[in-house]
Amino acid sequence: MAHAYTPGVTVTAETRLIRERRLPLAGSVQAKKGDMVKAEDVVARTELPGNVQTINIANILSLLPEDVESALVKPVGSVLKKGEVFAMSRSFFGLFKSTCKSPVDGTLESVSNITGQAIMREPPIPVEVHAYVDGVVVEEMPREGVKVETECSFIQGIFGIGGETWGELKLLVKRSDEPLDEKSLDASCKDKLLIGGSKVDVSFLNKAVAMGVRGVVVGGIDDKDLREFLGYDLGVAITGSEEKGISVIITEGFGEMRMAEKTFSLLRSLEGRKASMSGVTQIRAGVMRPEVIVAQDGRTARGGEKTFFSSSGMEIGSSIRVIREPYFGRLGKVAALPPELRQLETEAKVRVLEVEFENGERVVLPRANVEMIEG
Amino acid sequence: MSVSNPDSIHTILATDCGSTTTKAILIEKRGDEYRLIVRGEAPTTVEAPFEDVTRGVLNAVREVEELAGKKILEGEKIITPCKNGEGVDLYISTSSAGGGLQMMVFGVVKTMTAESAQRAALGAGAIVMDVIASNDGRLPHQKIKRIRQLRPDMILLSGGIDGGTTAHVAELAELLSAADPKARLGAGYMLPVIYAGNKDARQIVSERLEKKTALVITDNLRPVLERENLGPARIRIHDLFMEHVMAHAPGYKKLMQWTPVPIMPTPAAVGKIIETIARDEGIQPIGVDIGGATTDVFSVFQGVFNRTVSANLGMSYSISNVLAETGLPNIMRWVPFQVGEKDLRNRIKNKMIRPTTIPQSLEELMIEQAIAREALRLAFEQHKSLAVGLKGVQQERTISDTFEQTASGETLVNLRDLDMLVGSGGVLSHAPRRVQAALMMIDAFLPECVTHLAVDSIFMMPQLGVLSSVHEKAATEVFRKDCLIHLGTCIAPVGIAKEGGECIKVRLETDKGGKADASVKFGQMMVLPLAVEETARVVVEPSRGFDVGSGPGKTHEAKVQGGVVGLIMDCRGRQPFALPAAEDERVRKLIEWNTALNVYPTDEKRK
Repeated sequence: MAHAYTPGVTVTAETRLIRERRLPLAGSVQAKKGDMVKAEDVVARTELPGNVQTINIANILSLLPEDVESALVKPVGSVLKKGEVFAMSRSFFGLFKSTCKSPVDGTLESVSNITGQAIMREPPIPVEVHAYVDGVVVEEMPREGVKVETECSFIQGIFGIGGETWGELKLLVKRSDEPLDEKSLDASCKDKLLIGGSKVDVSFLNKAVAMGVRGVVVGGIDDKDLREFLGYDLGVAITGSEEKGISVIITEGFGEMRMAEKTFSLLRSLEGRKASMSGVTQIRAGVMRPEVIVAQDGRTARGGEKTFFSSSGMEIGSSIRVIREPYFGRLGKVAALPPELRQLETEAKVRVLEVEFENGERVVLPRANVEMIEG
Repeated sequence: MSVSNPDSIHTILATDCGSTTTKAILIEKRGDEYRLIVRGEAPTTVEAPFEDVTRGVLNAVREVEELAGKKILEGEKIITPCKNGEGVDLYISTSSAGGGLQMMVFGVVKTMTAESAQRAALGAGAIVMDVIASNDGRLPHQKIKRIRQLRPDMILLSGGIDGGTTAHVAELAELLSAADPKARLGAGYMLPVIYAGNKDARQIVSERLEKKTALVITDNLRPVLERENLGPARIRIHDLFMEHVMAHAPGYKKLMQWTPVPIMPTPAAVGKIIETIARDEGIQPIGVDIGGATTDVFSVFQGVFNRTVSANLGMSYSISNVLAETGLPNIMRWVPFQVGEKDLRNRIKNKMIRPTTIPQSLEELMIEQAIAREALRLAFEQHKSLAVGLKGVQQERTISDTFEQTASGETLVNLRDLDMLVGSGGVLSHAPRRVQAALMMIDAFLPECVTHLAVDSIFMMPQLGVLSSVHEKAATEVFRKDCLIHLGTCIAPVGIAKEGGECIKVRLETDKGGKADASVKFGQMMVLPLAVEETARVVVEPSRGFDVGSGPGKTHEAKVQGGVVGLIMDCRGRQPFALPAAEDERVRKLIEWNTALNVYPTDEKRK
């Protein structure tokens, strides 16, 4: 049995992708099937119901909850300005009056005769969905959004933070094993997506944010730098909502990790092109990996040939990367796939494979500890 | 529910659709008893590109067919009942695919009705995403924002004892109505809400929620302060799980037609088997299932079943959260060598982003097992804080209670009364040596006095749990003979002394006539062989100040069962248990204990 299914990330010079652009609630779709769209174009918009404020009228006016309704001077459903009186009570033969004012601009949604509470809803919050990638609308989902198709170069990372963004790719290192150095940041980096080599640290990221860099794609990061940058220890790998003003994608893993040569040379060949990137990562059932998408504009990435995703298994000769100590990050080719279980140093008996590294060295590894490099 | 004629059932196929793997087991009646025949597994297919859970089920069943050399499928259908040796008599399934059952619960007082609602949801096998209470300290708009963000599968609304507050219940219903929550799966259906609170507030709740949610009303889960009535709410949760949640999950409609028994949430099934052991054996057990994303703890003490789920404590997806919650020093204290912080942090994060990798070197295994100890310990702490007596109950005290001021709401978990500790989940079930699983459980749970230890051989408790609801005999027999691997018994005296001081003397007499004596000093661990099929009478003489179950310094006699590890004597102290503070001394002691128990291959050489 020379076949094993192993997850891998995709790095390919040319492919076709569809990205679904969906509103969180029903709204209006701004693009039609067949439209050419740019990443920054709004393709759908809606309004989320506004925040809710509760006001205890019974307490403020010293009334019983069942009397609250009769104290209203504006009916339920009224649109109110901040500070506008909407309920009032009089006491001591009408000499003293207490009032209840709206704490916000909004609508008086309901009043309860049991709790004596009013619910004020603030104005709706507008939400816009952008196309995110340059491409063609291939499907309209009425009131929900669109599907955008793009012919592109596609690079998946292993982990990221921050949401969707786009900008011009700019190379900041000469080699894939070179760490990013904050000294190389200058005014030309503003609004760019920077490509690094083996590592980024917290001082680089902080300076990049200050200079208006939109994204960074790099081989690795030390967890302690990530923690310092985020301000907290990341517990579960569900990311994308960080509001740090920058998106970061790591392609290999935590620590100093030379970016895979294939990924690096593809990104280098795309320097100067407009790219879309997303740091959104969800590592649980239904895994989502961060991505860089560079739409084709008539030019094909150098060195790339057309490849499409394949779900074929691992075979002798497949390119792999080791994803766990002690050979973490090393690249090689599958030399043998013995079918029988082998005992590891830990005494666990598992399925293994034999790998030949780039320098000719051969080792035996658990199959679970390698990933295929597609494309 | 039960099958009409249990004796006519000879072949049973059971599957468990997990978030990543679908596991199938085949059980057959051989002679008079039911036994596990084979087990197959395949990746779960809830997600794109398949989006049909039955694909994974069929793949797992095909593996069972191949291994058992028996035809079970006709095309894409399970042959049932069994004819001419083909097919099965009964097919059942559990599911935690797609993240399991995710709920939010509401109650008026955080430590009373809200806590009861939480217990009802947890006991039904749910993951409780948040507990909203009138007095939880959050502002109304914060609560509303939270309800909208979380998009649960179902909401359980409780509040007030019968005849008690209606105003607070109305307030909760109004919050819920204002939030207008949407269900996680399937945009086209209304979110199921179960109301199990003050019966006087039913009308009020209906008026506020009927039009916006799929409201179901059931009996109050806390009708009086002194009593919980969680059964009706749990039954409604299961019904709605099938009707709404499962029916909208990809492929489940088809799967539901294949089985005559309702699909059970996986943790509810595991809970059922733990409850069954407790009842049948008359023991007080704790069960733990440590997975990649969550750790579930189950216990039965004083006849009360409790289950908790620690949603973000696990060994792959959630491994980094174990580090975030416990802190680096707590993990490092279990590692018998020195490793730098930067390196360890990177290793843990790399496991998080590539959760399917396995330790290749012994060092990596030791680190992973150190993290497992902390995940288990934290999950157990959470369990103890929720498995409590009812709070807010007035207690009658007599003169004899004067010196024993126990408050209401004390934990029910009493380690001295713990009879059996059962572990399950990859890191325990697949530990290369069984003694590693035993030591991980001892270090995390710190059992006291005399406790039997066992692990689930191949993680089949979920399937047996659902089977026990329809065919208890088959479930119990397979559980005893094929599922449980007995590790042995742990004797842990309660008390502390100076390192090297006298602690216990043990005399062991096996039922086969074997005899052994041992003297264990404080700070030591020792193991005496006692095979799986053996039982023995042990007489333990503790030194002054140590208690093994009969009181401080008093001789204790017990009948103990053997196991693949044997009789483990843990004289490292309890109440408190402490590891040496100095780094060198700590490492020296860890190596000493590992060597005494032959925990790792290097310890064997050392010994």
